[in-house]
Amino acid sequence: MSTDELQGPARRALNRDVIAAVALPVLIAVLPLVVSSNYVTRVLALVWIMALAAVGLHILMGLAGQISLGHAGFFGIGAYACAVLPTRYGVPPLVAVLVGIAASGVIAYVVGRPILRLRGHYLAIATLGFSLLIALVITSEVALTGGPDGTDVKRLVIGDTRLTKPIAWYWIGGGLLVVGNAIAVALRVSPTGRALRGILDSETAAASLGVDVALRKVQAFVIAAVYASVAGSALALMNGFVTPDVANFQTSVEFVAMVVIGGASTPIGAILGAALLTLLPQLLASFHDYQEIAIGLIIMLAMIYLPRGLGPSFGRLVGGLVARRTR
Amino acid sequence: MTVALAVRDLSIAFGGVVAVDGVSFDVNEGEIFAIIGPNGAGKTTLFNIVSGLYRPRSGSIDLHGRDVGGMLPFRLARLGMARTFQNLQIFFRLTVLENVMIGRARWEKTNLFADLFHLPSVRRQNEATRATAMQLLERLGLARHADTVAGELSYGSLKRLEIARALASEPTVLLLDEPAAGCNAVETGEIADIVRDIVTGPLAVVLIEHDMKMVMRLSHRVLVLNQGRRLAEGTPEAIRANPEVIKAYLGSHAEEVERAAG
Amino acid sequence: MSAFLQYLFSGLTVGAVYAIVAIGFTLIYAASDVVNFAQGEFVMLGGMLSVFFLGLGLPLAGAAALAVVITIVVGVLLQKLAIEQARAASPVTLIIITLGASNVLRGVASLVFDKQFHSLPAFSGSNPIAVGGATILPQSLWVLGGSIAMFVGLWLFLDKTLTGKALRASAANRFAAQLVGVNIGFILVLAFGLSAGLGAIAGILVAPITLTRYDVGALLALKGFSAAIFGGLGNPVGAVIGGLVLGVIEALAAGYVTSVYKDGVAFVALIAVLLFMPNGLLGSKTVDRV
Repeated sequence: MSTDELQGPARRALNRDVIAAVALPVLIAVLPLVVSSNYVTRVLALVWIMALAAVGLHILMGLAGQISLGHAGFFGIGAYACAVLPTRYGVPPLVAVLVGIAASGVIAYVVGRPILRLRGHYLAIATLGFSLLIALVITSEVALTGGPDGTDVKRLVIGDTRLTKPIAWYWIGGGLLVVGNAIAVALRVSPTGRALRGILDSETAAASLGVDVALRKVQAFVIAAVYASVAGSALALMNGFVTPDVANFQTSVEFVAMVVIGGASTPIGAILGAALLTLLPQLLASFHDYQEIAIGLIIMLAMIYLPRGLGPSFGRLVGGLVARRTR
Repeated sequence: MTVALAVRDLSIAFGGVVAVDGVSFDVNEGEIFAIIGPNGAGKTTLFNIVSGLYRPRSGSIDLHGRDVGGMLPFRLARLGMARTFQNLQIFFRLTVLENVMIGRARWEKTNLFADLFHLPSVRRQNEATRATAMQLLERLGLARHADTVAGELSYGSLKRLEIARALASEPTVLLLDEPAAGCNAVETGEIADIVRDIVTGPLAVVLIEHDMKMVMRLSHRVLVLNQGRRLAEGTPEAIRANPEVIKAYLGSHAEEVERAAG
Repeated sequence: MSAFLQYLFSGLTVGAVYAIVAIGFTLIYAASDVVNFAQGEFVMLGGMLSVFFLGLGLPLAGAAALAVVITIVVGVLLQKLAIEQARAASPVTLIIITLGASNVLRGVASLVFDKQFHSLPAFSGSNPIAVGGATILPQSLWVLGGSIAMFVGLWLFLDKTLTGKALRASAANRFAAQLVGVNIGFILVLAFGLSAGLGAIAGILVAPITLTRYDVGALLALKGFSAAIFGGLGNPVGAVIGGLVLGVIEALAAGYVTSVYKDGVAFVALIAVLLFMPNGLLGSKTVDRV
């Protein structure tokens, strides 16, 4: 047996991730050819942005096995960095994005170290409480953030162009997602990724082998926060407007749902989940009032009947089709 | 003889129950040191203290002459201590090979940035880790299961996997907590062979076992615990002949022990 | 001093509601290891359904009774249709399922009712009663009295009746309870039904004071959960103490420090408790066996 080749389920998992990592940019490149409506383009741009945040959460939940009901907090930090800094302090939007990333990273590190000592529902609640604090600050500091009504966001300008068109954000969001997905796949097959996956199965064993469990968990938490921050910034810059909803409980719940519905163990799962939870309510847009019910039902049904998520089921379906073809 | 692990006056209590009471012992490099005693004698608790999972109420632990009391388990691992667990702590969702690869965590040299972007250094590190892990699997007879998900393995194979994984970290002190527990005679024999083989160079092995045949045949010295306290310590022969030990613990095993003595 | 007393009264009043939500969490968690995030919706349903039936012309008592019954049915359905179907799921999955349920209940409420604030008429008038330089609303006395009645009733049930003891047994060790003949399915239904009923009653009691709306559930659930953890998850007495303490701290902070970040008090307290007293005041330590 060759010593530098994976076999079996590890190989299959890698294949699946690599195929997806290649299929994703192809899909993103090809879709505009069949989609001409501005509305649909914008919805797809939203899907890429939400998927980026979801992939970040997958790294924390699917690789390291740490639940976070506070992902929207960092999403909000990224969004409001782009809303507040350029308008009130004259900071260029791109710099504001970087500040958002730095702020999210630092806060994630500071908050993460103590909080990640908790497990299971205690951790879930602590992360939730933390993100609610962020949402509360955003809503309450009206002078800075515009309060519950939200605030305008200065658009990103590159050269002569103000980036307001949906198609621009389709490409930016798509590009960010491709990079984000590639990083997630790379992480999985690295020493850090192995350490995280070990932590998921047995923290005790991982520690006994020299893995600094606390540090690794914080690393995963910070990485997830950075993903969310970038996504939040992209959302704010795309919309030209932001409200405190981006950081609220419901948004956190949706991110978690995206990851687990799609299948927490793979980045494609997060992307599938993001697509489902973003597209479906848009399809029901005329039934806006039913949106909350729809999301709630999707979450419940998916978790009850497909606890391992769509991703693995989808993977098995594709695998089955491929096997039949090649016989 | 150089002392690899020196334990002095370790004590711990849970609520009102004193689980370990003033236990001291030395383990030398290159020796197999067994700890025996009935269930509840405090053997695994002792291991848990030594490997950093529990904090003792008193006592000291010296690893290669260095005071390591209060150190977290992962720091102890990086100083050369490794262990297996009485209740398997296998990474069940990962493959056998991946389990052992994580055992190399202490020696892997890439940083987070390199890992995120799959730099060439990561690819090289992965190959090196995989190669070392495969060698260990071959040595322990698990190579053909390398790409099987660990959860599908037989119990005996899983016990061997835990040892392989612990060995991957190149320990100088290895704590084996009932490596043959629940194994049949054949599996137990295989484990015993493995334990005997791995003691090369300065590796010190501390072994908790109930299988008296294995203990008597493998160990250089034996410590007997009773109710958290040391009852006796000495060579297997001396322990076997110690009337107090025989009375308290080896009563039902006396015949086994006689046969093992040959 | 009178200001302090005022804050104390309002704190105890709202704290009593938190305590009931906390007890609801605790009952369900103890019986089934599920953290039920839809707990706050039971309180919301109690108030909103009463408003609804009142609007249809029923007398207050009748509307309230009907509201409680319907909420109990909702709680039982949640257990039977969702939680039980996902029996083998991980704790995280179960949390998410109850989060989804909370979404559904909130969404349905916004459709069946509306998105406005509503109130119920105070049970015995709304003339404040003077006590020691401060005033207390008669409705507050209803809330406190009603809560005490519910706590005592619950205590009697758990301690003195066979079914109550069966519930405590299942909470302690489900498998052992089954072995001695306890019907776990019934116990789970009981736990959910009881939590729903108690929550609904609390919602009805407090609606005249704090108003009610389709979305009050989420925040209540979080604060109730904080209170439950504060007292030690799984400990009913701790839940009560936790709820009252949280309510009082919140009111004091709102009065003396800042009313804007009033809700933040609960979250900060929650995180502090989780970090420094993860087993709560009265909870017990668990040790992993390796």
